[in-house]
Amino acid sequence: MDWTALTLSIRLGLLTVVLLVPLAFVLARWLAFGRFRGRGFVEALVALPLILPPTVLGYYLLVAFGRASPLGQAFEAALGHPLVFSFEGLLLASLLVNLPFAVQPMQNALAAIPPNLRDAARCCGLSPLAAIRRVELPLALPGIATAAVLTFAHTLGEFGVVLMVGGSIPGETRTIAIAIYDRVQAFDEASAGVMALVLLTLSLLALGITNTLARRMVHRH
Amino acid sequence: MMRRRGAIARLLLGGLATLALVAVGAAAEQPSPKVARTPPTPLVAAASDLKFALDEIVAKFRHDTGATVRVTYGSSGNLARQIAQGAPYELFLSADEQYVRWLADRGLTRGDGELYAIGRIALFAPFDSPLRPDAELSHLARRLSDGTAGRLAIANPEHAPYGRAAEQALRSLGLWEATRPHLVLGENVAQAAQFAASGNADGGLIAHSLALAPELRRRGSYALIPESLHKPLRQRMVLLVGASPAAERFYEYLRAPAGRGILAGYGFAIPGE
Repeated sequence: MDWTALTLSIRLGLLTVVLLVPLAFVLARWLAFGRFRGRGFVEALVALPLILPPTVLGYYLLVAFGRASPLGQAFEAALGHPLVFSFEGLLLASLLVNLPFAVQPMQNALAAIPPNLRDAARCCGLSPLAAIRRVELPLALPGIATAAVLTFAHTLGEFGVVLMVGGSIPGETRTIAIAIYDRVQAFDEASAGVMALVLLTLSLLALGITNTLARRMVHRH
Repeated sequence: MMRRRGAIARLLLGGLATLALVAVGAAAEQPSPKVARTPPTPLVAAASDLKFALDEIVAKFRHDTGATVRVTYGSSGNLARQIAQGAPYELFLSADEQYVRWLADRGLTRGDGELYAIGRIALFAPFDSPLRPDAELSHLARRLSDGTAGRLAIANPEHAPYGRAAEQALRSLGLWEATRPHLVLGENVAQAAQFAASGNADGGLIAHSLALAPELRRRGSYALIPESLHKPLRQRMVLLVGASPAAERFYEYLRAPAGRGILAGYGFAIPGE
């Protein structure tokens, strides 16, 4: 059992949730309530990581954030080290890969809020921010929680992108999914088995929680 | 109903806030990247054929000096590419000197480093495999010609020196074209060994150093392939720009009799001996 890899994965998962969920909420709200041309295109872009092969994303990250690219050089100047093969690089990849897992549940939850409730909030003189805080956030909470749980669980399991931009550096980019791959190649099946079981349990738990939350959302209506 | 929902909302918000605090705390606990990068344990990039040998050397190094290193294994080509792209390794043990030269030409190394071992390849087959390992691959040739050959694992010749050596040996024996449809390619030679030792392939042309590891000896037998069938696997190591004194100490340890002795035990010919 590679504890360093497990804590690294958990840290990556939590940071992804904390950074991504607020950003994704803004995006989800825009997609749920906004009426604008090209919404379908934005929705397709958000959903893209669901079907895009992780190696494609990994390739573009290497090209876009590698040492040769202007972006990569800007990051290197700011961080003092290259973005690829670093924890920060994994975090950036993780934010992109998890976009649909964070946006879609919240968008669905927000879209399911009856329009008359939002109208009522406005009629009662609530400012837009107060309406978000007192009406939309509470009603969308199951969606927000689903987004957080799915993002966290999916980050723990991400493999392809991490393999391409991570480089399996212990304590830096060797996540638990990569550690399983390494342990199998080292003929350490006991350790690989324990870690696989940990990921299996966490994934099952995450799905159990999201299903419960989804049922709660349905029951309300 | 509204009240209950409010309670759930507060609970979930509280949970999220706690999660956020934990994450921020975990992030704060991490020393800033610049500090993390110098001490305490240097990062070593090593060719996969060294997997078991180097683990043993690191264990002995820790026992002898109290210091340690963090090792990442991979194919030499992939590791060299990652180093060129800025991966923070301090020492690179390649299975092929060409990658060390390639990095040196880019000004990423401290000098030319040192030849530390000459590698050999072996045909490994698990005990229950229909394939019987022999040095001239005659049983493999017979199974290929009568159409009973199964899968043969080698490392990817594109970026793994041991895969290249396997390809050269098969070409020398005139078996390359016949073998190609039967090949499974490991991302590195340790993965090729895993394909073979797990019985998922009939056998594999892998590093002698891996075939000698207890994990493989428990699972199958091997035959050493004659050196004359492939170009010598001249394995070179080099300190990279920005190597710490701790990395230098490990480099010296590898050159000392302690390190060389373990390498020799894994079937490597040691240059200058």
